[in-house]
Amino acid sequence: MGELRLMKGNEVIAEAAIRCGCDGYFGYPITPQSEVMETLMARKPWEETGMIVVQAESEIAAINMVYGGAGAGKKVMTSSSSPGISLKQEGLTYIAGAELPCLVVNVVRGGPGLGTIQPSQSDYFQAVKGGGHGDYKLIVLAPNSVQEMNDFVDLGFELAFKYRNPVMILSDGVIGQMMEKVELSEYKPRMTDEYIVEKYGSWATTGKPKTRERNIVTSLELDPARQEKFNQKLQKKYAEIREKEARFENFKTEDAEYLIVAYGSSSRISKKSVELLREKGIKVGLLRPITLFPFPEKELLRLSKQVKGILSVEMSAGQMVEDVKLAVNCSIPVEHYGRFGGMIPSPDDIVTALEQQIIGGK
Amino acid sequence: MDVKDIIKPENLVYKKSSVLTDNVMHFCPGCTHGVVHKVVAEVIEEMGIQEKTIGVSPVGCAVLAYNYLHIDWQEAAHGRAPAVATALNRLYPEKYIFTYQGDGDLASIGAAEIIHASNRGENITVIFINNAIYGMTGGQMAPTTLEGMVTSTSPYGRDVKLAGYPLKITELIAQLPGACYVTRESAETAPAVRKLKKAVQKAFENTGKKKGTSFIEVVSTCNSGWKLSPVDSNKWMKENMFPFYPLGTLKDE
Repeated sequence: MGELRLMKGNEVIAEAAIRCGCDGYFGYPITPQSEVMETLMARKPWEETGMIVVQAESEIAAINMVYGGAGAGKKVMTSSSSPGISLKQEGLTYIAGAELPCLVVNVVRGGPGLGTIQPSQSDYFQAVKGGGHGDYKLIVLAPNSVQEMNDFVDLGFELAFKYRNPVMILSDGVIGQMMEKVELSEYKPRMTDEYIVEKYGSWATTGKPKTRERNIVTSLELDPARQEKFNQKLQKKYAEIREKEARFENFKTEDAEYLIVAYGSSSRISKKSVELLREKGIKVGLLRPITLFPFPEKELLRLSKQVKGILSVEMSAGQMVEDVKLAVNCSIPVEHYGRFGGMIPSPDDIVTALEQQIIGGK
Repeated sequence: MDVKDIIKPENLVYKKSSVLTDNVMHFCPGCTHGVVHKVVAEVIEEMGIQEKTIGVSPVGCAVLAYNYLHIDWQEAAHGRAPAVATALNRLYPEKYIFTYQGDGDLASIGAAEIIHASNRGENITVIFINNAIYGMTGGQMAPTTLEGMVTSTSPYGRDVKLAGYPLKITELIAQLPGACYVTRESAETAPAVRKLKKAVQKAFENTGKKKGTSFIEVVSTCNSGWKLSPVDSNKWMKENMFPFYPLGTLKDE
């Protein structure tokens, strides 16, 4: 059993980063995630593990620092919230285009624009459809507890290095700000420079020894035929990720006649709604996507053969619902229910929505 | 002396730096980028730091700098080279990190990144090519474009009422405590190139001593963008650029 603590989701991101052997964090303050950098600065990991922490002049600079560190084979990350993540899109597409590993945490707040500092899930499209320009994908992990904020930091880096692809933890203001019991991970040593040279020497810019050609980290290819080939290689990688990395949680779906699909904090609320509906004798289950890219489409397709209708519950005006509809080929009714702009649905709201939009609508 | 004597190794007076690749440079004839690349390569070779040097190339004419120097490179997004270099410096403090940027990249879109990296005193060398124009995109007005200067986006000459004043970013950088060495050089004559090389060497030596940010502006030409021959470009540069961007060391601490 690891060390048990009562912590905020944002604080846990910082703690997990130090413990998993992260080399560098680059950030810029924005509500509701500033505790990530605050915790790191207070912890002074450079004295403990050697991890560096830099407060950048902007989100743009922070993500480009991530690009620099990732290009040199280091385990590096940044965190921000919605408006800041929009600014990071340029860097993210360069990172995806240069095939570099890194971790980005988005503690989502309501938009558009400066919006609100209250929690939201309205950045789903931006996270799972690319976000920046060009055909690329992030691997997107959606924690629904403080424990998963801890666990997904290490998992995120593991996937990032496995596929040399940026990974995003798509959290929200609820998970970032709430305090829960968390079992912290054991400390892992940081990679040594020698290990990086040995393991990532084929691409990382660690300084060119006489024994190899120079390494170039770039996303530029002026020859369109070669750029197309590169894009095909990326698509092949994304297909492999789709095949192997979809993660999800089933809750009372074995005998379910109706299904709620929800991720992150919406899934926590929806669990209560499932129990309330079952008390009323309505057999409802919950499918919680843990990875949003890859989306658990096979599992949804399987469940669609069993249930009569699906309610997609999100704190947005309806974004994930499009992927739910695609996954089930519109073979059964799929409806969206959401509160947004920083408002959070109650379990009763979701109960009513399912009764009216799915059962009433059959 | 016949040819056999001339080519004897002991009579060799000059050879291409081993840090330069054999790739044919894409720069226009008369452009100083190639000369500055050569200078940087020679300094890296002479200091014996090839294995410890990581370059960060910009967006602009020098985007392909990584094709020409046998070192590890990262190609940064437009203007972001100092941010990329910041991470490399923090994560590999024993390496020699440098950025190579043009005036659109450094003084316009990347103004925040260069000012803050220099203000943090990042232990890096910055090579800043100022030819007062956006070269790669076809000769548009840059922040450093002189008043009255004709470019494709200031076809009647830069009007400071519309476009503001030419930006002396090097003077701004010199104000920052994090910058240890700030100089303005050129590369249009052999003596100027020798002087530039000394400056580049000093900058890399500062990096080795962890002194902070070393910043070298190279006042340059863009004969394609300026629509002048290489010879006329140099003449125009001396007559118009040098008075506004005076050569010399602004700071050496």
